[in-house]
Amino acid sequence: MRNEGPTPLDIARRAVQLAQAAGAEQCDAIVSMYTESNVTVRLGELEKLIEAGSMSLGLRVINGGRTAVCSTSDLSPAALERFAAETVELAAISEPDEFAGLPEPALLAIDVSAAGLALYDERLESLTTEQKIQMAKACEGAAFAADPRINNTDGASLSTRIGEVALANSLGFAGAYPATTVSLVVEAIADDAEGKKRNGYWYSAERSLHRLADPEEIGRIAARRTIDQLGARKVATCQVPVVFEPMMAVSLVGDLVGCATGSALYRGATFLAGRTGQAIGSSLVTITDDPSIPGRFGSRPFDGEGVATRRNAVMEAGVFRGFLFDCYTARRTGNDTTGSAQRGIESLPAPGPSNLIFGAGLTPPEEVIAGVSNGLYLTTLMGSGFNPTTGDYSRGAGGFWIENGRIAYPVTEINISGRMDAMLADIDSVGTDLAWFGSSAAPTVRVREMTVSGT
Amino acid sequence: MSDPGAQALAFFNDRYRIDPTVMSSLLSIALSRGGDFAELFFEHRTNSAIQWEDQRVKSASRNVAQGVGIRVVKGDAIGYAYTESLDVAAMRRAAETASRIGTSDERPVPIDATPYVASEGSFYRFDEPLTDEPPAAKVALLDRADRAARAYDSSIARLDASIGDEVKYVMVARSDGKVVGDVQPLIRFNVSALSQKGESRQVARTGGGGRLGIEYFDAVTTPETLAIEAARQAVLQQDAREAPAGTLPVVLAAGDSGVLLHEAVGHGLEADFNRKGTSNYTGRVGQPVASPLVTVVDDGTIADSRGSINVDDEGNPTTRNVLIEDGTLRGYLHDEVSARHFGVTPSGSGRRQTFKDYIMPRMTNTFMLPGQDTPEDIIRAVDRGIYAVSYSGGQVNISNGDFVFSVTEAYMIEDGKLTSSLRNVMLIGNGPDVLSKVTRVANDYQLSDGRWTCGKDGQSVPVGVGMPTVLVSGITVGGTKV
Repeated sequence: MRNEGPTPLDIARRAVQLAQAAGAEQCDAIVSMYTESNVTVRLGELEKLIEAGSMSLGLRVINGGRTAVCSTSDLSPAALERFAAETVELAAISEPDEFAGLPEPALLAIDVSAAGLALYDERLESLTTEQKIQMAKACEGAAFAADPRINNTDGASLSTRIGEVALANSLGFAGAYPATTVSLVVEAIADDAEGKKRNGYWYSAERSLHRLADPEEIGRIAARRTIDQLGARKVATCQVPVVFEPMMAVSLVGDLVGCATGSALYRGATFLAGRTGQAIGSSLVTITDDPSIPGRFGSRPFDGEGVATRRNAVMEAGVFRGFLFDCYTARRTGNDTTGSAQRGIESLPAPGPSNLIFGAGLTPPEEVIAGVSNGLYLTTLMGSGFNPTTGDYSRGAGGFWIENGRIAYPVTEINISGRMDAMLADIDSVGTDLAWFGSSAAPTVRVREMTVSGT
Repeated sequence: MSDPGAQALAFFNDRYRIDPTVMSSLLSIALSRGGDFAELFFEHRTNSAIQWEDQRVKSASRNVAQGVGIRVVKGDAIGYAYTESLDVAAMRRAAETASRIGTSDERPVPIDATPYVASEGSFYRFDEPLTDEPPAAKVALLDRADRAARAYDSSIARLDASIGDEVKYVMVARSDGKVVGDVQPLIRFNVSALSQKGESRQVARTGGGGRLGIEYFDAVTTPETLAIEAARQAVLQQDAREAPAGTLPVVLAAGDSGVLLHEAVGHGLEADFNRKGTSNYTGRVGQPVASPLVTVVDDGTIADSRGSINVDDEGNPTTRNVLIEDGTLRGYLHDEVSARHFGVTPSGSGRRQTFKDYIMPRMTNTFMLPGQDTPEDIIRAVDRGIYAVSYSGGQVNISNGDFVFSVTEAYMIEDGKLTSSLRNVMLIGNGPDVLSKVTRVANDYQLSDGRWTCGKDGQSVPVGVGMPTVLVSGITVGGTKV
């Protein structure tokens, strides 16, 4: 990526030096630089064209256990010096916390190169606006062409981001790596009975252009997901098996792993507290946090504190293997960091997953469905009805009703509920069809019984 | 703060030397390829926050962001660029980038940007930006919250809280020559309380705030009130019963229930969805869309409210917009693009999260007007149903109005009386369907204390919601008990 001024790593190092000069005992700085573009086409016409670039700095200072974190996008030399001094000053507001601090030096990543992770695609630098418009047009056009009942779209949108992130700290750590993303999304719309509209979307998001799904394929899938919902109805309240399509299983894994962080643990806000080593899920459930997979969104050579990343087992054959930690939550709970620090420009590090993989099973997805005589095939979740503290799970839902092992008709305006631990224990069939969505992957997953609320 | 508009213009002029000449020249570049309309949106935003955990200050933060967003409108299409650097060369490059939505050959378009005072008054109350308050004053508020929650109930094992505030200077320069400014304060206090009884843990969250400085405390509420509310809800959850599953009458309590109105109806009335024909309200102005008891208003001019702004992010003054009147759809919420498309006046609804984001029609403070009933009579009228009081959030599908809400405080109504509290309650329904099933509206209208943030296309903006007590004859309740 082109850059005329100081690099992100130059600025991160400079901020660390300035903070030390202003009296910081420990500090680290993160700098994010990117250029982004978005092209949106609707009804075959260009509707939105965005191009811009940004660079900003986040600085954390820890003095005697007192922590402050500040951010700025004014990176001129004079502003930087003032900013560093103000951050050091702000730390005095906090009270000492014995667990606050940078990583133990031995934990810092030695190999900071992302070269093997395939996070950057040079081709995105030269992708022209005209090419982006053509891809979006092809995507939307394919949605319209797939079925005459598709009579509108919310547009097809192609976005790119070309960036670099740098981290430096007062222990001498310095690392930076470039990364790109490209995504294409379309939402198709059709009219249903009684003036209701049905919509379905599909997308592809990758780090490299060559891995992006074919634009026309994205359009066709969005059209199919829309048409399949025509005539959707409610069902009567009942307790039945629920089959999560891979995209929905990814959502389930995300909710679960939100409970498996050191932050949730020390706050007492997770139903997994005290359950490390226990069998929670069925033996079909294996969930892994893996930052080393080439080309994936969660892949990274070091975490948000500079700690070397590693593969972490979250659940193995149903046994909960433990929480994801950054340095603070690890010290606080008497554990070791798992290299899981997430870091935004404006906030303190906090533990979170890298790439999450719900391991594929041995059953073809058609057979997962075929094993259900009366139940729900879940393709839509709405709302945020999950309580990490208790594990109570309740979400708005939509999808298809399964009758005698076959998809029978679309359903909508229903709700599914259960408890996360019981749902995991009740997983009785896992598909072979592992699919990636963002930084997570999952196959088709069946839960033996959940409550479906309807009429 | 007598004239926030003039103050913002002076801020950008003094600090960055952005004067009418600079703005005129940037607008001229922006329109040079044949755009219909252009605007520059300058922003300087300072956020400060103090996090409280374990009965002490865990960390302090301060974030400063500045930049300009430049938009060019051509028909229904927009070109957009932004830069964090407010030097003239960087801003010219951004104006040039945004201009490319126009396709004609380059030609200069003379523009005369003129400072314009939108109004004399202000809908905000603040004397000094809270950001400049001594930190000790903020820490004292957090400490008061902590003590109050622990004193409320011995099961409160943990209290996390934060106080955050923002001061945002904005200036909008438009190709019609108008230059408008505003200085927008925002305070926010969040509390999360953990109740532990044996192995059973329950967490509840609440918060409040508005377009004020530190006088929010104690003019509007106290840290004690907010902390006790979170503690009360956490303790209440300890003995809550599993919620029923199925379709039941639901009484929506006054205040927070406005979030249901916001999701179920408000979004569908944002004109961008109707311009594109993707809303279920498309083409229905003048038609009945709700029970005749229902009147819905979006009003950006309510003093001190979290959703209020003096001018929107396109420089248009906010107004009071009647969206549904006695059940009939009266109009949509417009930004410049949709207003041009429909040939109407912008409704002061053009909003963006930051200068990096594009403008969309958004809600400000959205609420239902009160009716004739009393809340007591409404509850008495229900044999078996749900009384829904507070919510953690919701989501709507704009295209067909299907929605869900997570209810954090709810009770069974049995034989006209509130009985046990319920946990894990979800409300699932369809916006137009639920509004047609409003059978009673009470006289107890309340605006929710300012804690709501609205998300749309990944952009968050502060909003207000309000509601009187309302009876809906049937909503699907997503519980676990069949």
